[in-house]
Amino acid sequence: MNTNEKMEDAVCLRAENISKIYPGTVALDNVSFEVKTGRVNVLIGENGAGKSTLMKIIAGIEQPSSGKLFMGDQEVSFHDTTEARSHGIGIIHQELSLFPNLNVYQNIFMAREKTKGHFQLNNKQHAELTERILAKLEHPIPPETLVGNLRVGQQQMIEIARNLIQDDLKILIMDEPTSSLSAQEVDVLFKLMRELTEEGISIVYISHRLEEIMRIGDHVTILRDGKYVVDEEVSKIDVPWIVQHMVGTDKTYHKRERSIDWSKAETILEVKNLTLPKSGGGYLVNHVSFEVKKGEILGIYGLLGAGRTEIFECIMGLHPEHEGEIFLNGEPISVKSISEQIDRGFALVPEDRQREGLVQTLDIGKNISLSSLKNYVKGPFLDKQQENAHIDEVIKDIHIKVSDKKLPILSLSGGNQQKVVIGKGILTQPKILLLDEPSRGIDIGAKTEVFDIINQYASRGLSIVVISSELKEIIAIADRVIVLSNGKKTAELTGDDIKEDSLVLASYQGHHGH
Amino acid sequence: MKNSKTNHSIAMTVLKGRTFIVLVVLLIFFSFAAPNFLSENTFMLIAKHVALYGILAIGMTYVIITGGIDLSVGAVVGFTGMIAGGLIQEGLTLQIFGVTLYFSVPWIVLIVIVCGALIGWLNGIIITRFNVAPFIATLGMMYVARGFAMLRSNGATYSDITGKPALGNTGFDFFGSSIFGKIPVGVIILVVIALITAAILKETPFGWHVLSIGGNERAAKLSGVKVNRVKIIVYILSGVCAAIVGIITTSQLVAAHPATGESWEMNAIAAAVLGGTSMAGGVGTIGGTIVGAFVIGVINDGMVMCGVSEFWQMVIKGLVIVLAVIIDQFQRNLQAKIALQARNENK
Ligand SMILES: Nc1ncnc2c1ncn2[C@@H]1O[C@H](COP(=O)(O)OP(=O)(O)OP(=O)(O)O)[C@@H](O)[C@H]1O
Ligand SMILES: [Mg+2]
Repeated sequence: MNTNEKMEDAVCLRAENISKIYPGTVALDNVSFEVKTGRVNVLIGENGAGKSTLMKIIAGIEQPSSGKLFMGDQEVSFHDTTEARSHGIGIIHQELSLFPNLNVYQNIFMAREKTKGHFQLNNKQHAELTERILAKLEHPIPPETLVGNLRVGQQQMIEIARNLIQDDLKILIMDEPTSSLSAQEVDVLFKLMRELTEEGISIVYISHRLEEIMRIGDHVTILRDGKYVVDEEVSKIDVPWIVQHMVGTDKTYHKRERSIDWSKAETILEVKNLTLPKSGGGYLVNHVSFEVKKGEILGIYGLLGAGRTEIFECIMGLHPEHEGEIFLNGEPISVKSISEQIDRGFALVPEDRQREGLVQTLDIGKNISLSSLKNYVKGPFLDKQQENAHIDEVIKDIHIKVSDKKLPILSLSGGNQQKVVIGKGILTQPKILLLDEPSRGIDIGAKTEVFDIINQYASRGLSIVVISSELKEIIAIADRVIVLSNGKKTAELTGDDIKEDSLVLASYQGHHGH
Repeated sequence: MKNSKTNHSIAMTVLKGRTFIVLVVLLIFFSFAAPNFLSENTFMLIAKHVALYGILAIGMTYVIITGGIDLSVGAVVGFTGMIAGGLIQEGLTLQIFGVTLYFSVPWIVLIVIVCGALIGWLNGIIITRFNVAPFIATLGMMYVARGFAMLRSNGATYSDITGKPALGNTGFDFFGSSIFGKIPVGVIILVVIALITAAILKETPFGWHVLSIGGNERAAKLSGVKVNRVKIIVYILSGVCAAIVGIITTSQLVAAHPATGESWEMNAIAAAVLGGTSMAGGVGTIGGTIVGAFVIGVINDGMVMCGVSEFWQMVIKGLVIVLAVIIDQFQRNLQAKIALQARNENK
């Protein structure tokens, strides 16, 4: 205990009275924050609480409007990431910031290249070090692979890897590093984090997955609306305590109680023997059949790579080479292109919001209304009034925290961006809404709100299919859950049968210990 | 399944070498269509022209890879050519001292290159510091440079710029001549520049930085790449390339005309795009650009030799460029498809 107390005293970086004012928003209001040496310092708060902003200031990406940073007794200020890095501060960004046109080792060593002599790149060394670091992350990817061709989870691993190559790393900031990782990958990451803290490296960790925080965190600081709320040792707290301080009140998801006799409800979508072959033999999606009733919420659970996203891609017409039959309202349809599917009333909210969900150059309002513009056409013109009314309605409905809908989309916090993507899907007034990890990066409060909205639309007769990797979430929201493992459907559960253990069990079927 | 994969990779090889294939097809076509095409003289002529487009296109490739564009290069060719011509013909008159200075050729080359670099630097500053879109900034610079080229001589041509032994400024025509009687000096300069710039792009951190900016500028900034500095250097490179072309072309013509280089920026862009440079940035190679420059050169001169009218030449060139981009897009889609397959296999 004594050593522990001594550790608590050692502070590696101190942020004092930091404020950050954006036009229209006070992102941080007089916040003080300490990074304790060799520990996992957790930062929690709802979407838009200012977590990322505080980290950006520490990492030199943004400059505070007022306030000071200290390392040891010395005041420091960083004008860019290079300066922060020279003080041993590395950051894993919330939004992937990689180069899709370059390969893995180029991404990892960008701006910290190893050279032979002064000018010539030493790509052999790059490749070797990359292999070593990825092996440490238990995620071997050939170093020459183009990053644009990797899955989101793999890209997140690259983002993590590029911070680990720094020699004199003192503080590692991790802004939601696990948002697209599977449970297994999270375990590897946590093991690595423990190794780092043992070496004396301090970690700042941001996540909305509270169970994770209880597992890995040492010390928790909570922010709300840009203000410091409280900080405490993780050993002394529990999840309800966190939630209470985060949102001010106690919020958990409650199980959907709907007593509808689904056997009487009409079937909207029926998928029979959907199969997507891998080119090298085997299947990505292996003879999967399911149906969705009118107004039903169907959950799809499974580990990363189980074939969940591929099912959505097949239904949306991204894989015209798929086999099997798809029926819409009892009639067989041949799925060939996305626009055809959108016309038929399908809408997809994709997993990777930065790449597939948002148009970064447009403002918030336009992003919301973009895919439903044709609903507001009056003759050759847009009916601005109607468009704006709808946008406002969605912003209110989904509680997007925004001071002005004319602001650029990137000024929203990560979670609020995700809400925009969901709002966009709903505005198209689809018949079938496909949601791929809709709660990625959203805080608990916002999740409940998003789920309320999903429920609300379901009870109005919208059929919804949701992919989620979070057990509690899928249990809370789905009327029926199918579980995938290695492309095969391994279970279909309804009502009270939807339980954590049965879901997990089914998701591991066909996997033999790793 | 296997079958479709090998089909893909065959298609891929064909697509990747498409510009080269087009070049070979063009050569075969013109050797039938134009009787004198397969001769040493023709190739010398084409090589001289390709040297010009090629050097311009190298600078342009760098600029386009960062996600920018440089429309001013053609005008810079004219402007720097006029400076060279003027310095030889009239020297530099310093009115306060009442003297006229004549420089030797190496000095003139240096001055001209510095002028090109300065213009490129200005482009870079306007684009990075004042946040002007590259298209607009360099469009403005195009008019300004062309205007100054005209102002230098009031629109007149400096002809016969061989210099005078008495003034010690002879020898400027060297850059337009051939050595060993066969190889144009311009081509040698092209080869040297191509080798150096290709090595820089592939083998140095600077090359990575150029590619990174085109791939994801925000990420580049966050990684610590000095984005503004890299961009400015890239525009300077483009300006220097244009100045070198200005020297070579005035030397080839032994005359400096203020309208020289009009619309050459389009040839440079076309060569880069034909060579696989993506207008969206982040993708491109010097080797590809050189092949692209050859295609442009062969089309231009081949059509002249076939007696195709100037107007039809334009139409055909335009079609070739658009077709090239369509094929490029096709290749990208195929590449993405193959990658997706590979990714799925890895799982
Ligand atoms: N560039 C910007 N311009 C204007 N407002 C901004 C800008 N960046 C952030 N904000 C605002 O500052 C607030 C804090 O944002 P921040 O990204 O720090 O939230 P966060 O706690 O990281 O949320 P999340 O959990 O959703 O990632 C938000 O209200 C956001 O809209
Ligand atoms: Mg954030």
